[in-house]
Amino acid sequence: MGKDYEVVIGLEVHAELKTESKIFCGCSTAFGAEPNTQVCPVCSGFPGMLPVLNEKVVDLAIITGLALNSEIPDYCKFDRKNYFYPDLPKAYQISQFDLPICKGGYLDIEIDGKKKRIGITRAHMEEDAGKLVHQGNITSTPFSLVDLNRSGVPLLEIVSEPDMRNAREARAYLEKLRAILLFAGVSDCKMQEGSLRCDANVSVRPMGETKLGTRAEIKNLNSFRSLERSIEYEARRQIEAIEDGEEIIQETRTWDEEKQATRSMRSKEEAHDYRYFPEPDLPPLRISREWVEQLRDAMPELPNQAEIRLQERFELPTYDAAILTLTPQSLAFFDKCVELYPQPKTVSNWMMGELSRLLNQNNMEISECRFGPAELARLLNLIDEGTISGKMAKAIFEEMFASGSPPDQIIKEKGMTQISDQDTLSKVIDEVIAANPAVVEDFRNGKDKALGFLVGQIMKATKGQANPGAVNSLLRERL
Amino acid sequence: MELFELTLHELLALHSNNEASSQEITNSVFMRIHQVEDDVKAFISLDEENARRKAKAADSEKWSGKIAGIPFGLKDIFCTRGLKTTCASKMLENFVPTYDSTAGARLNQAGGVLVGKLNMDEFAMGSSTEQSAFFPTHNPWDLERVPGGSSGGSAAAVAAREVPFALGTDTGGSIRQPAAFCGVVGLRPTYGRVSRWGVVAYASSLDQVGVFARDVADCALVMNLIAGRDSRDSTSLEVEVPDYTSFLDADIKGMKIACPREYFGQGVDAGIQEAVKKALHKYEEAGAIVEEVSLPHSEYALPAYYLVATAEASANLARFDGVRYGLRDDQAENVIDMFAGSRSQGFGSEVQRRIMLGTYALSSGYYDAYYLKALKVRRLIYEDFQKVFKDFDLIVAPTTPTTAFKIGEQTGDPLTLYMNDILTVPVNMAGLPGMSIPCGLLNGLPVGLQLIGKPFDEGTLIKAAYAYEEVSGTKCLKPQGVK
Repeated sequence: MGKDYEVVIGLEVHAELKTESKIFCGCSTAFGAEPNTQVCPVCSGFPGMLPVLNEKVVDLAIITGLALNSEIPDYCKFDRKNYFYPDLPKAYQISQFDLPICKGGYLDIEIDGKKKRIGITRAHMEEDAGKLVHQGNITSTPFSLVDLNRSGVPLLEIVSEPDMRNAREARAYLEKLRAILLFAGVSDCKMQEGSLRCDANVSVRPMGETKLGTRAEIKNLNSFRSLERSIEYEARRQIEAIEDGEEIIQETRTWDEEKQATRSMRSKEEAHDYRYFPEPDLPPLRISREWVEQLRDAMPELPNQAEIRLQERFELPTYDAAILTLTPQSLAFFDKCVELYPQPKTVSNWMMGELSRLLNQNNMEISECRFGPAELARLLNLIDEGTISGKMAKAIFEEMFASGSPPDQIIKEKGMTQISDQDTLSKVIDEVIAANPAVVEDFRNGKDKALGFLVGQIMKATKGQANPGAVNSLLRERL
Repeated sequence: MELFELTLHELLALHSNNEASSQEITNSVFMRIHQVEDDVKAFISLDEENARRKAKAADSEKWSGKIAGIPFGLKDIFCTRGLKTTCASKMLENFVPTYDSTAGARLNQAGGVLVGKLNMDEFAMGSSTEQSAFFPTHNPWDLERVPGGSSGGSAAAVAAREVPFALGTDTGGSIRQPAAFCGVVGLRPTYGRVSRWGVVAYASSLDQVGVFARDVADCALVMNLIAGRDSRDSTSLEVEVPDYTSFLDADIKGMKIACPREYFGQGVDAGIQEAVKKALHKYEEAGAIVEEVSLPHSEYALPAYYLVATAEASANLARFDGVRYGLRDDQAENVIDMFAGSRSQGFGSEVQRRIMLGTYALSSGYYDAYYLKALKVRRLIYEDFQKVFKDFDLIVAPTTPTTAFKIGEQTGDPLTLYMNDILTVPVNMAGLPGMSIPCGLLNGLPVGLQLIGKPFDEGTLIKAAYAYEEVSGTKCLKPQGVK
């Protein structure tokens, strides 16, 4: 039955912009401070207080717009979005309604080697709300506390066109968007800390139908996984409902991580009427072309450009290039490493293999890695020089990952140097040959397998430190 | 003559000649306040102890500045650090800000001595000061009458000689109308001339801080202190602040004055029309050229104003939700009931009415028909003025359609009360400077002459007002209702 339906997905992403101070006051935006220690009368909505726009926020919004191929209009303005909630101190959020700072745009994703362009509708600046801290159980607690540290932290809301057709595409879009924001240096994009948040608009329609189906907006998606899972669940739910003859209602749903299901939060009838109107406390914002061009000139390399560079200059496969450019940290790691060890594919293999495996196992980001690209380059050089074997290198790598010690130190401490010296090896080889006359005989009679046994014995005798290549050739010489 | 009867510039002269100390001035002012306050009820709160301390400090030159040791009052909408700021509302009955408004702070820095906070219509919504949640203020000319509003306490205190000058705010006439009713000088500067920072907002695109004084010279002196860009108010503009006292010059020969016929229509008391026409005649005698003009969209200003102002108010007053400060309904079972309970108990009926009006005007489906249309009208009103100002230096008209009415007379019908603003709201809608100066009495009650100027041309208003004051014999009118 699923084949007869098409799933339509659009994403609304809130990215916290990386500024030192809040959007309309001088309070710090640092994450994790004691509740209500980064507040002032402005961001806690005291009477008579007025907002003053932090220009750095505008810079970052323009940079994002340029990175997303958006139009930056000459003129944009702020509006008030009105609703009552205890964590919203003014009972309105200063946002942008009909004249946002970024109009249109797109980004390209790639699924199974196929490129797809996803449209961006708009991106607008706004202030974040505070948060409620519930005491114990939310339903039984007599009161809740309000923490306004986050109130007034600058956000950019990036709205996509409904261009995605399955959960994988949605995930790829969010990953790509995250990469772009990270490369552009506009946001930390930490989903766990809430500096990147995503809502998904999901609808289904019969294959071939051009009109959009009624959509549900899914909130509370705080990981790539929950984004994918929730879309899959929601699409299935809607298709089943339609198959059962039910009508889909426009509503807001929340993703229940425990139950792995979406559930209704409020219907369209219960939806807020936000009563947007122009913010009278802030004059409209005029953005000169010089301003935009200055920022364009200072743009850092973006993921797409980096991807092309890796493919063209280093001849990496598309897949490698895409993975290495997911974060600026991983690209920087790669670039630095290649500078010191100019064999890009080998570096890529180690990064995408061993390094990525260990990072995932430990739920870490590359920025948290205890050693740097220079240490990886050194390790690879040690293999090439014959000081260590590839197998030893993997063991050393794990040790580097665990302790952060440089490879030379680990080798020294553990006595892991490879023995390539002919005289030393010859001595061991002669002993092994002498100790295993029958096996030697077998080999001479054409049993190739016997050689492996002898090599094993030599490795054992050298505690694995013998250079396998050298052992092989010396052994064959002797036999 | 008692010190409390003197104007700011007279006091400054005495003070600089060491003929009166700050403590003597402050003592005199408090004596006067205690003498008349039972009748006038201009103040919500007095800060006598601090005021006396500052006066003492001024005398030992520890409290210095251009108006060192001179007492003044603030409408209770100006936030004052450490001093209750109520907006004449139960909602903020016990609210003590941790910050000073920019305008108030500038007066403090100039050495001014704040004596207390003045009564007003709750959250500046009203034209009579009867909407104060605490008590009405009485007009010093006739205690049975209102002082006007919303800055009625400021106007009454200045008229009754309780303070030489005071600050107020004018969103739709809240300085000019009470100034007219109380027979004092009231100046509402251009939108963006004086910082709104620290002034509790009613309608942000219309609110402007201004001055009440007994004569034009004092008005110019105070403007010199409060005008100018404030980086904390993004709507305050970087426009050079002239020395306003340099406009105290009665030579108005050749000044072109426009007299808009729409301001002399039905509903404007014949006696007031006559008084204003006499004033215009005086201007002609002084060498000004007076011509009748038309501001064709004037009649739409009032309804458009009540949409724009209430829409903005509905958002501005939404923060009073009982969560962080102000009155809270402690009996509520959940947060929604707490919001509703706090707001129902904290806000008076006029405030609730305007919040509802504004919420409705912004609601989905009504926005285009009401709010958006009102913005278009606003544009037309601005263009009306712009056209006139191509050929004229200023506009002269009545400030109010009637003189001060009796307390209780208009409380039953909000629409009648709104009509009081009909001649003042166009100035706010266009963001222009406007001034009201006394131009005689009608049946023993003051009549206001309204002067309207080009944006940031307060200087011409001051000049024209000063010229009239010099020849009219209406300077420093003494109210008859208080001794």
